[in-house]
Formats: sequence, structure tokens, C-alpha cells
Amino acid sequence: MIQIRNLVKQYGRGDAAVQALRGIDLDVHSGEILMLMGPSGSGKTTLLSIMGCILGATSGSVKIDGAEIMGLPESKLPGVRLRHFGFVFQGFNLFPALTARENVEVGLHLKKVRGGAARRQAESLLEQVGLGGKINSYPADLSGGQKQRVAIARALAGDPPILLADEPTAALDHQSGTNVMELLTSLAKERDRTVVIVTHDSRVLPYAGEIVHIEDGRIRAHEIEREPEEVLQ
Amino acid sequence: MATIAWKNLFHDRTRLFVTLVGIVFALVLILVQFGLFLSFLETSSNIVANSHVDLWISAPSIPHVNGGSALAEGKRYQALSVPGVERVEKYTLMFVNWKLPTGAQEAVQVVGYPVGCGLGGPWNVTQGDLNDLRGEDTVMVDELYLSKLGVKGIGSTVEITGRRARVVGLTRGIRSFTTAPYVYTSFKNSQNYARLTEDQTIFFVVRTAPGADVANVKRALIARLKDVDVYTNEEMRRKTMYYWVLGTGAGVTTLLGAILGLIVGIVVVAQTIYAATVDHIREFGTLKAMGASNWNIYQVILMQAFLSALMGYTIAIAIGAAVAHGSQSGNVPIALPPAVAVGALLLAVVMCAGASFISIRKATQIDPAMVFKG
Repeated sequence: MIQIRNLVKQYGRGDAAVQALRGIDLDVHSGEILMLMGPSGSGKTTLLSIMGCILGATSGSVKIDGAEIMGLPESKLPGVRLRHFGFVFQGFNLFPALTARENVEVGLHLKKVRGGAARRQAESLLEQVGLGGKINSYPADLSGGQKQRVAIARALAGDPPILLADEPTAALDHQSGTNVMELLTSLAKERDRTVVIVTHDSRVLPYAGEIVHIEDGRIRAHEIEREPEEVLQ
Repeated sequence: MATIAWKNLFHDRTRLFVTLVGIVFALVLILVQFGLFLSFLETSSNIVANSHVDLWISAPSIPHVNGGSALAEGKRYQALSVPGVERVEKYTLMFVNWKLPTGAQEAVQVVGYPVGCGLGGPWNVTQGDLNDLRGEDTVMVDELYLSKLGVKGIGSTVEITGRRARVVGLTRGIRSFTTAPYVYTSFKNSQNYARLTEDQTIFFVVRTAPGADVANVKRALIARLKDVDVYTNEEMRRKTMYYWVLGTGAGVTTLLGAILGLIVGIVVVAQTIYAATVDHIREFGTLKAMGASNWNIYQVILMQAFLSALMGYTIAIAIGAAVAHGSQSGNVPIALPPAVAVGALLLAVVMCAGASFISIRKATQIDPAMVFKG
């Protein structure tokens, strides 16, 4: 699904240059929940951004479904993001002027789903994340956990194969964080979606299928073949 | 994208109000200034435009129709002998003094025209009859200037250049570009008011024969008459209009006002749309991260600009129409023809789209990676 080889990312040049990633090799498979962990500044968000075609790398290779994205012109990247990824952000990044349904519809409109079809799909997605009764609520009227559920519904709009989540529980209390993680886990399992989560939050570790620890731009440890449900039990 | 544009616009009503105030202010300023300019164009040359004259014969090198000087009557017969000339009449337009009931003097422009032949007379007569001007010492004035001239209405007796004059009719909307109102009378009366001798006139106004080519007749008149200038009606109209509107700076000032309105409008709208874009920059970043193209972002910003323009225009045109309507009874009318109303709509859209340009640059330069920064 995602194949990363010898990925290097350098910010700045000369004496001011900072090596954010120093040769990352990583494979992310379909239906997997992978967590990127590490201290602040370790490079995990940079790695997530490059995976999501939001940030360019300095060198190396990133393949999505076997297609190389390194070297693609800037103008092609929005299309790649649209086809392959759904994003969940730490700060939710909902549109405050839009209702929950309209927020989800934005994701569908970008994928050319319009009118009644967009409305029905948005309502269905909100039902799936447990917000069927909040479709006409504005973000300001929702709790943090509910906002993140709207964001997850929006990320699922158009059924992207990969969900990339940046600290999805960081702004949530324990219960809301647990609910969000259970939702992401069940979605990955039921819909056979790949979920990559950047997190500091050790509470979410039980949900991980695979954990990659990053420090100073390098992978320090890679725990694989975990079974989230077993861990939970 | 239209939903985001619409809802973002109405989400922050204070900002929307400020944006609309900026657009309305700019558009009303433009409409009023441009309306004044159009009105100046019309007023400065209305007496020529409504004269039904084909050709004007004047003393050489006059600056405008209000600046003629005396001609000898003898040239009339020379002009009448030119092929294609049907009629040549004497016509006066001169500044004279009008004595107010208080004893003070007011400058007026006496228009002496050949009553009954359809050349150079007043229009929009609301009271009285043009034939009444055949009587001795009779005049018509415009309703707009009754108070200025100290006239109560038809029958009032006044004094022009020390000579009695009786008001026998009123017109509506014959404005003077200068502070001196037009006073219509017969040519013969005007000779007395303007203190011309029996054989003097200021202009000869010419009607060409049916089917005659005015340009050819003009050339023939120039060839035949010495020490005169000959103008077609349009040439005289333009000459007069350019002198008063452009030569005096009055028109340039109003045009500059309109341009100033446009600049103020663009700056105010640009500032408010830019501020709105900066406020929503994270949302644009989110959109880009989600896969929105730059075109999607343009759509949101341009749609906001277009909606702002439409709302601002609706308010501005209502205010402009009210101001224009109210100004018709005053000395300085503001013209608001349909073409200007349509032009203002296009201007509003262009102004708002232009004002969005900086915002579009800002929004499309967003690094979508910003969405991952807290």
C-alpha cells in the first residue's frame, strides 16, 4: 500500500539545515493500524506529511499502491491526496461556519459527489460515527470528541483507502480519546482501511497493530504483528 | 465550494457589514460623481443639443456657445444664397443683468430666438405658450430659478438691463451650467436686453433644406462668408461641452472623485476580503490538505467577492437612485441612466474580484502542511 525507501527530509540549507528524516524505510500494508511515536521534533509528523503528499521529501522513494509520488509535479499532488487519503487533525480543523453535515459534504464535493447524493452519504457517515442526531449542529455546539468524530466522518468521505491521523486524541479527554480510537480501529477492520496515526498518547497504544518509534529522524524500534483486539482484551 | 463561500461570508456578520459599508461607500461615491459628470455634460450644452439647428454661424474663434460676439445682419442674406440653406435666423445668447425685487443684480443669459420657426427655442414648457413670446418685453424662465430670480410666477414683472420684462411662461429642467440662468425671449426683445443695435446678432442659426448634406452646406457657407466660423450643431455642442466640463476643470474634478471612489472601494474591499482570507487561512489549508485544487480555493474567494459585490451594489444603487431622484429639483442634478446602473454592477464585480487578487495569492501560497502544526 505505502512503500517508503531511504526517505530523507532536510529543512533549510547550509549551516541552518535541519535533518528531519535520515533514511526511513517503512512498509504500510492494507488494513493495518500503524502508529508513529516519538518525542517532539523526532520527525513523525514530517513523515506523515510526506506519506500524505502534503510535504515533499529531499530524497528517497515513496510509493502508493506501487506508484512513485516523489518527483510528481506540485499540481498533481492534490489529486493524489484526494484519491488515496483522508486526514484527521489534532485540532479537528472543521469549518466553523458549516454544520456537521456540510463539513462532511465538503469532502464529498471535492470528490465530485454533489447534491442529494452528497447529503445522503454525509448523513450516513455521521450515523456511522454516532452523530446521527447532530447533523445540523455547528462545530461550536459540539464537544471535542464529537468534533473529532465529524472530522473522521469527513476523512471517510469518498471512501479513501488510507486514513492519516495526526494526534487525533491529543485534544480529547480520556473517554473521548478512547471512543475515537475505538472508532478508528473498527473502521480499519470493518472497511479494510489503512490507518496511520501519529501520537504521543500512550493510552492509544493498545489499539495499534504496528508501532514505529522515531527519534532524530530515524526509526529506533518497529513493533510489528500486534493484534489490537488481543491487546485490548 | 459555494456553500463555504456563502456561509463564511455570513458567519462573521460584523466583517460582512464592514465589507458592505466599504463597497456601498465606494459605489455611491462613484455613482454620484459619475452622475454629476454626466449631468455636467448634458447641462453644459443642453441649449445647443435642444436647438434643432443644423448649422451655427458665429464670429470667428468663439470659445463656446455662451461666448459669442456680435455679427452684422448683412451676412444673413449671403448665407441664404448658399445652395442647401433653407432658413437663416438671428439668435442671441448673452450674459445680461437681471434686477431682483430687492434691487440686487443677478446675471442671466438672455436667449433671443426666432419665435415660431422651431429653431433655438425653449423646451419642456410647463406654463404659458411660446407664442406669448412674440409680445414686447416678454420672457420665459425655468421653474428651477424662480426663487433665485425673485419671480413668483407667470405675470411677474422684472427688469433686465434696465428694461421692463414680463414673465409669460415657465419651463422645467432647462438648467444652466453657469450660475446665470437662461431667460428665453424673442430675438427682437433680446436685442434690447443685450443692447445690440438693430443690425446686430450674435449667431445666425441655419436650417438646411430637406435632403441637403449638412457638411457640404457648411463648406459652402465657409467659402461664401468671410470673417465667420461655421459649426454643425454637434460641433457646437462638443465645443461648448468640452469648454465648460473639461476646460474649467469641473468635469475633471468629478471624474477624479469617481476614480477616488473606485480606489477607496478597492482598498477597503481588498482589506476586508484579505482580512477574511487570513482569518480563514487554516480552513483553506485544510481544504488544500484534503485535496482541493487552487481553482477550488479561487472559487471560494471569488464567490465571496461576487456575493459581496452583489449585496453592496443592491444597497448602493438604491441609495444612488434616491440621491439622483432627490437631486432633480435642485441646481445640481445627478444623472443615473440605466447604462450607468448596469456599468456600476459590472464595476462592483470587477472591483471586488480585483480586490480578491491579493487574497487569492495569499490563499494559494498556503503550505498545506500547516494543518499539522497544532
